[in-house]
Amino acid sequence: MTDAISPSGAFVRSTVIGEQRPPHRVSGPVLWIRENLFSSLLNSVLTLVFVASVLWVLPGLIRFMFITPVWVAESSKDCSADLLKHPVGACWGFVNAHLGYLFYGQYPAVERWRVDIFYALEALGLIWILAPKAPFKPAGLVFFFLIFPIAGFILLSGMTSIGLATVQTHYWGGFLVTIVISTVGIVASLPIGVLLALGRRSKMPISRLVCVIMIEFVRGVPLITVLFMANVMFPLFVPEGWRPDSLLRVLVGVGFFSAAYMAEAVRGGLQAIPRGQYEAAQALGLGYWQMMIKIILPQALKIVIPNIVNNFIGLFKDTTLVAIVGIFDFLRTIQASLSDPNWRSAEMPLAAYLFAAFIYFIFCYGMARYSLSMERRLQTGNRH
Amino acid sequence: MKKIIAAAVVAAASFGLVTGASAGTLDNVKAKGQLVCGANPGTAGFGVPDEKGNWTGLDVEYCRAIAAAIFNDPTKVKFVPLSSKDRFTALASGEVDVLVRNSTWTMSRETTLGVIWAGINFYDGQGFMVNKKLGVKSASELDGASICVQQGTTTELNLADYFRSTGKKYQVVTFGTSEEALKAYDTGRCDAYTTDRSGLAADRLSMAKPDDNVILPEVISKEPLGPLVRQGDDQWLNLVKWVHFALLIAEEDGITQANVDEKVKSDDPEIKRILGTDGKFGESLGLSNAWVVQIVKAVGNYGEMFERNVGPKTPLQLARASNALWNKGGLQYAPPIR
Amino acid sequence: MSTQAIPRHESPKVVFYNDPKIRSLFFQFILLAAVIALFWFAYDNTLANLKKRNIAQGFGFWNVEAGFDISQTLISYSAASTYGRAFLVGLLNTLLVSGLSIFFATVIGVIIGVLRLSKNWVVSRLAGFYIELFRNIPLLLVLYFWYGAVLSSLPEPRDSIAIPGDIWLNSRGLLVPRPVILDQFWLVGWSIVLALGVAVAITRYARRRQAETGRRLPAGWLSTLVMIGLPLIVYFAAGQPLGLDLPVKGRFNINGGLNLAPELVAMVVGLSTYTAAFIAEAVRAGVVAVSKGQTEAAHSLGLTDGQTLRLVIMPQALRVIVPPLNSEFLSLTKNSSLGVSIGYPDLVNVFTGTVLNQTGQAVEMVSVTMLVYLSFSLLTSAFMNWFNTRVALVER
Repeated sequence: MTDAISPSGAFVRSTVIGEQRPPHRVSGPVLWIRENLFSSLLNSVLTLVFVASVLWVLPGLIRFMFITPVWVAESSKDCSADLLKHPVGACWGFVNAHLGYLFYGQYPAVERWRVDIFYALEALGLIWILAPKAPFKPAGLVFFFLIFPIAGFILLSGMTSIGLATVQTHYWGGFLVTIVISTVGIVASLPIGVLLALGRRSKMPISRLVCVIMIEFVRGVPLITVLFMANVMFPLFVPEGWRPDSLLRVLVGVGFFSAAYMAEAVRGGLQAIPRGQYEAAQALGLGYWQMMIKIILPQALKIVIPNIVNNFIGLFKDTTLVAIVGIFDFLRTIQASLSDPNWRSAEMPLAAYLFAAFIYFIFCYGMARYSLSMERRLQTGNRH
Repeated sequence: MKKIIAAAVVAAASFGLVTGASAGTLDNVKAKGQLVCGANPGTAGFGVPDEKGNWTGLDVEYCRAIAAAIFNDPTKVKFVPLSSKDRFTALASGEVDVLVRNSTWTMSRETTLGVIWAGINFYDGQGFMVNKKLGVKSASELDGASICVQQGTTTELNLADYFRSTGKKYQVVTFGTSEEALKAYDTGRCDAYTTDRSGLAADRLSMAKPDDNVILPEVISKEPLGPLVRQGDDQWLNLVKWVHFALLIAEEDGITQANVDEKVKSDDPEIKRILGTDGKFGESLGLSNAWVVQIVKAVGNYGEMFERNVGPKTPLQLARASNALWNKGGLQYAPPIR
Repeated sequence: MSTQAIPRHESPKVVFYNDPKIRSLFFQFILLAAVIALFWFAYDNTLANLKKRNIAQGFGFWNVEAGFDISQTLISYSAASTYGRAFLVGLLNTLLVSGLSIFFATVIGVIIGVLRLSKNWVVSRLAGFYIELFRNIPLLLVLYFWYGAVLSSLPEPRDSIAIPGDIWLNSRGLLVPRPVILDQFWLVGWSIVLALGVAVAITRYARRRQAETGRRLPAGWLSTLVMIGLPLIVYFAAGQPLGLDLPVKGRFNINGGLNLAPELVAMVVGLSTYTAAFIAEAVRAGVVAVSKGQTEAAHSLGLTDGQTLRLVIMPQALRVIVPPLNSEFLSLTKNSSLGVSIGYPDLVNVFTGTVLNQTGQAVEMVSVTMLVYLSFSLLTSAFMNWFNTRVALVER
């Protein structure tokens, strides 16, 4: 025995232990696989089951989408396995044939360059205000919330005095309408939402009551009923002879709806601002609006950028609902093309819906990633 | 903030929100320079736009006839495609000036929906379409079938009545638009599809394989279809009503698109009244006296419209039957212009 | 410089329009007046418009015969029933599809959420893929996909896919045997109630015994045994008082049995697969929110993994999970109004669709529908308030 018990009773080693071999250790992929995929029996089974199901689905899906699809088609006959006498994959020919309709609706072909410019302006505005490092931010805000809506409106609906032929909203359709509705939704909802949020946190009981009722009412009902209201009730609310355009009515409904959700997002930001900021602003002698515009809102809105973007994702997805009140948005134009007798077949919807899912996913996922990166950025920004 | 409000007002104004005080419909239409016409989003022969947005069909030509009477220009029409669900609210709310969209004239619609029919431009009845391979020869064999129908139509009600009165069972599957209902029928969700027989003839053509589908012989309802307007504007009602009558009278008196210029020179007192060389009938409607000439030049008479859009030589192959003039064994009858 | 001293105790003179109180009153007055004016404007115009166009008003339609049929009715309904009855049918259909979807969405969502947290890379990535996919495409597309691309490509009734157990699947839906309750079934019903009572008593006794003696009873197993065993014994003793109405092939359709229409199936599958992604995210966030120290502390107290999850992690995670879960349930209920797009006869489809069209009374129909959804959401927030006070951390 090399160890001894000292008189005080404490266990004290008296000699040095000899050198030992390092513990058995595997590094690199093998370790990773063992730790992550086969750490226990249950885990191993799960891994095998999931890998097997992926291997079972994926090759078929890849073949369906990329190897055997029909790229060009005139009608559903060109995609029919029965007529072609060999199995076929997705009918991308359907998408190809309707591409113009899906992205421009019935917008006259010779005027479609206007829609392209509109898309470009929209992209410019979004990048300008969303990219963290873009210069001249205030100018970007003015551009996106003021210049772009007016310019875009003139561009799309036309103004004969500057040589742009009038294109009635009735001809707008497809992705254009999806973008118009979500843009108007966000541009209108931000200022209204801020006002509602301020009203809800105000000390004045009546304004608080009005705002709470507004917000909670809209948030309590489905968007469809708001759209129904905008569509069938709104025309009754105004004097005869005012004839709200059907797209305008839907825009009013969507703006109203998203403003209520925006108000809640902004309220979250207002609540997160420490009281000291309010008190400091008041101590400087700023009035209510000065305090809000110069001190509180810039901070509050910055905090809630991720929430605003998430709201926007929701709004973008919800634009599909306008189809139910007869507006031809992107998804509705796909549905309409599917109902076209030349293209009606049992296999067609799968390809069409895959394409639609792809388009919506790209936009929503892109925004979601942006919102996530903003969140991380803001978290680090708050560290002192 | 003020800038935004100002911008919103500008935008709203140019969107067509504010079109001034509420005058009569005719004055509104004249001020806007175009007629807004509620149309069928896609029933061949009655109202259907092609890919470029050019509309054709019997109902569509009625709108053109009204535009021709007002503006002497049948192209001054904006067509708004309306589903059967939205059509009456669209008319009642003032979104469209006139609705010519295979709409059935019923009492409750006139007494509760705030709309009024100006006439009957097509006498129709409801029928069924089934797939040939089911081997069904008559509607009485449809016991236990699933039937696709469009929401918000008299069709939906007649269907319930029919099965109630015959004591048979069926399963109804209701869709918001006719295209969805038809697609559901085509993909096998239902055994039968029901709507007005004129619509069935058009819809059958739109099937992937028209010959696989048969229209059953039974007619289970009366479906008088015609143009309708909002209640409360008698001047406008008169105008639409008399455009319809003028089309019938033109056929009765043999005034056609081809010979209307010759007929203007006619000495026949009735034709002189109709074509406006005698009397001020046009003016009394708020139109020019040559209104019938303008209409017939633009779209022809009722018979010509029928032959061109739905008649035996068109894919729909509908016979005149009840829609022949009264003196040829049909029901189409117009009061005289005098 | 003036030598005049400023009187100490006199409050500074404020012009009346700069007095915050008066200002606040003034602004509120203006706001109130504007709101009232707006409502009056809308109300006045609506009355004038309705009158001029001779559109019916009021709720007289409620007792009028509807005259149309509805494809799925949970209560007896025929074309001879009233509009009021049709409203009830629509409301029940909304509740049915929401209830079923909430159940399935929660099950799928919790599973996916747990898988997302798994240390297994493949499993967690696939769960993540599922969540990202469904969170980033519109619900309407999901519904169209299930209804238009999957269910409608099923074979026609005469070529139905037979699933063992007298289940048929075709483009008209899923047909399953319908249980028919026979005379003696009330015995089984009471035995279930009795078994429940016994199970509760066992659990209570076990808890008290553990508190007193420290010894544990396998209460979970015992109660499960009682809850399954007792009704089963009674069922056979009473002579199996449950019949089955089997689906049988007819001329057009398969008749008999319980037909789950493709519209219902598509709604339930679509709503639950979609909402599951959001629920999974809520579950993940809730579990992540419980700090790792809690697990370590529980382990050092000698609790097993299962006990740690049940007694330490879950009670804390639930406090975080339940509020978002609840709002997901609410938005699922609101989303069930999309049934109108694929022909499912929910409240919006029946009431703001068909009834609105047959009566033309837009104002009444839309308002009633909104009120129904509004009361759902008020009930939900009332429940949330109750729940929050119940689970709120009791701190000293």
